[in-house]
Amino acid sequence: MSTTVATETAQTHAGAHTEDTGLWSWVTTVDHKRIGIMYFLTSFFFFFVGGLEAMLIRIQLMRPENAFISAETYNQMFTMHGTTMVFLVAMPMAVAFFNYIVPLQIGARDVAFPRLNALSYWIFLFGGLFINSSFLFGAAPNTSWVGYANLTSLQFEPGRNVEFWIIGLSILGISSILGGVNFITTIINLRAPGMKLMRMPLFSWMTLVTSFLLITAIPVIAVALILLAFDRFFGANFYEVTAGGDPILWQHLFWLFGHPEVYILILPSFGIISDVIPTFSKKPLFGYPVVVYAGILIGFIGWGVWSHHMFTVGLGPIADSFFVASTMIIAIPTGIKIFNWLATMWGGAIRFPTPMLFAVGVVAVFTVGGLSGIMHASAPIDLQQHDSYFVVAHFHYVLVGGALMGLFSGLYYWFPKVTGRLMSETLGKWHFWTTMIGFNLTFFPMHFAGLFGMPRRTWTYQAELNLETWNQLSTVGAFIFGFSSLLLFWNLFRSLKKGEAVDPNPWKSGTLEWSIPSPPHHYNFPVLPEVRSREPLWDDAERAEVEAQTLMEPEQEPVMPSPSFWPMVVAFGITLTWALIMTGIWWAPLAGLAFTAYGIFSWAFQPAFR
Amino acid sequence: MSQAAATAHDDHHYTSTGLSSWKVGFWTFIGSECLFFATLISTYMVYKGRSITGPYPGEILDIPLTSVSTFVLLMSSLAMVLGLDGIQRGSKRLTLIWLGAVILLGATFLGFQVYEFNHFVHEGLTISTNVFGSSFFVLTGFHGAHVAGGVIWLSTLWILAARGKLTSADSLKVEIAGLYWHFVDIVWIVIFTLVYLIQ
Amino acid sequence: MSSEAMAGNMAHDQGGDSHGEHGSHASPGFYWAIGGILTVITAVEVAVFYIPFLASVLVPILLVLSGAKFALVVMFFMHLKYDSRIFSGVFLAGLVLAAFMTVALIILYHVLPNYDLMG
Repeated sequence: MSTTVATETAQTHAGAHTEDTGLWSWVTTVDHKRIGIMYFLTSFFFFFVGGLEAMLIRIQLMRPENAFISAETYNQMFTMHGTTMVFLVAMPMAVAFFNYIVPLQIGARDVAFPRLNALSYWIFLFGGLFINSSFLFGAAPNTSWVGYANLTSLQFEPGRNVEFWIIGLSILGISSILGGVNFITTIINLRAPGMKLMRMPLFSWMTLVTSFLLITAIPVIAVALILLAFDRFFGANFYEVTAGGDPILWQHLFWLFGHPEVYILILPSFGIISDVIPTFSKKPLFGYPVVVYAGILIGFIGWGVWSHHMFTVGLGPIADSFFVASTMIIAIPTGIKIFNWLATMWGGAIRFPTPMLFAVGVVAVFTVGGLSGIMHASAPIDLQQHDSYFVVAHFHYVLVGGALMGLFSGLYYWFPKVTGRLMSETLGKWHFWTTMIGFNLTFFPMHFAGLFGMPRRTWTYQAELNLETWNQLSTVGAFIFGFSSLLLFWNLFRSLKKGEAVDPNPWKSGTLEWSIPSPPHHYNFPVLPEVRSREPLWDDAERAEVEAQTLMEPEQEPVMPSPSFWPMVVAFGITLTWALIMTGIWWAPLAGLAFTAYGIFSWAFQPAFR
Repeated sequence: MSQAAATAHDDHHYTSTGLSSWKVGFWTFIGSECLFFATLISTYMVYKGRSITGPYPGEILDIPLTSVSTFVLLMSSLAMVLGLDGIQRGSKRLTLIWLGAVILLGATFLGFQVYEFNHFVHEGLTISTNVFGSSFFVLTGFHGAHVAGGVIWLSTLWILAARGKLTSADSLKVEIAGLYWHFVDIVWIVIFTLVYLIQ
Repeated sequence: MSSEAMAGNMAHDQGGDSHGEHGSHASPGFYWAIGGILTVITAVEVAVFYIPFLASVLVPILLVLSGAKFALVVMFFMHLKYDSRIFSGVFLAGLVLAAFMTVALIILYHVLPNYDLMG
């Protein structure tokens, strides 16, 4: 779109104009900040949906041989909890920050393809609603978030459950690939003058690495899902053993995607705390280039470890040894990052407002999860732990303690940029400590429950196994953790109106997004600022120069891309096309495709600028 | 025009690399598509020799016929690059001739594929027959769908060019469509070798 | 279309594209030459397929030949050889991972099962 951006300003435009408000302006918006807010609100909604599913799981497991929910419902709950938290919460909440923050950090007015960005959001929304609509039909996916073949075959799962899952995830995948392309292009091409790659804030760097993982990993699961869809809808044999198909291929393809996916979830959080920790330690990030390279290395090695999820398959000693080694190696760049964060804090003038509490919490809790991860890296040990609650403990430590708490840190950190107001520190501290206590009480006992023999994804357990105490501790922890999320909701809601109003840079951060007014103008930067260092706002002379550019009120506002409702139409068309596959009528999806094509052509011939 | 507005105007021309965002984005998308086709090709390779019943690849794949369709697609790439050269030179005539050639050659390739699929079904190979049938039809079918998408895209550009709405100033649009077309061609180069020639 | 009209179009529709963002394009003659080479390689590939005494080295020969075709199209028809290295970078990031994945799966399915370390 940049080529068109270039042009339209050549036309004269009449005077300054301000941004439209109202519902229609949000539906048709192409502004990265509004799209970021919509991403956040949607993922926050799904966070409570997924949380509710988790609470039902914990109530069911509170007592041995409990029948609070049926086994079938339980299957749906853990499947949708995992699917929701990964695809509808952790990923899109990170994308919310990519959207809002990255253009501000690199000094851009918007992303490279604003309408494509809107399309990504609408596909995400419709895909998320589609997969959850399965509850209305009593047919929520029930074969776990990894959906192993051939549990998902027509023979074993004749209902619509798996089909909602296949189609929902395929729709969501399109959103992720388009988003990845958009952010790679934005970061490569729309950095402000002087914003060299090695001057970019770490969050933008990790967005770049994550985007590469998105565009490379998502196609793999897309194909795995397509093969499954062909098996179910058109009688293909990809995972059909009697015809020579191999269910293990699903596992390979799923984890070829699934392990990079783990880093898709964690790297944004690493990026956030790499910006937060220096700010509240009043020191530049220790070993900046090394932290960047470690992030790239994690993304790259993350492609070569997938079969450590498959040690129990029996791939043989050569394959297992390779994946043991590569998995242990990936601990090195991860460890490098942890030591760099510690060294950043070392000797710094440390403050502990809520964002910093969560950031330090990530360092501590993620390290626990990282250590149990290294235990799994050893194939013989993994054989004991596989499919036990020990694994459940491990990945909640990395995904909740690592990814989600990092996103919370970013939320408290950037809230004043988005709204011009601080979130309540009192409520924030309550939120942090109830989270820490609730989270650890929920998941630490699971290590023991797992080692004592409690299997994953099992509806209930016998009293003789003596697992009741561990499970009760977890359930109590889950209630505290659930309560902490309500505190966060209340804090967000309350602070929108009553939060303390602050100046553009309340935390005295060093990076570019803090040089513009809060909330930013819809055009972000009246002129593109010039930067000369990694922390332009920490050097008094440079700050004065930058702020002279970023805080000025232009006589004429820069012309921004026009709103468009075609992205939403196209997203609806894509969702419709995929949903119509479920009818089993071969030409039905073609009708959806025609609708989508109509949307695409209308979009292509609508000028990006009025 | 005020100083600020003048600067703002210049900002819009600016990209940090001096490259067109469309091209950066499209090459990135092609990188993503590499993984898409590699997964389909990997599936085909993994299932090579695992079919329990026939028809097997050696019995049914028609090398002379596919060699011709491969040649057709290869020549469409040549026509594509000549069409791009034509629009960059500002020649409407060359643009229309060569883009038209790409569209015809692409449609011819699709015709070969329809014939091939039809023929295989008559010979008793369907998507449900064995894993060869499943992986062959899905791999080449998705490739064919990409070709079909390219034909529609290029036809749109051809109509625009014929109406004089696509000129040398729009050569980037042809270049991007060309990148897509060549990519579809190189995927076929890989498929032709791995599926047809190495049985 | 007159040159004035085209210039007008350029100002209105494609202003950002007028940066010289890549090196000079080759002449049509050069493209024809590449097309000729591609044709010859394809002919050789098909010929090799039918020559019985080459059967044992068929696979490596075909891989080299099709790799050459792949490279020619990417370098000259897609202009990657003359264009910015950023394009090569984002393309190769995907291509390298794709090749890695394909090779790894072939090894896992067709090579490793032939080895039995346990005797």
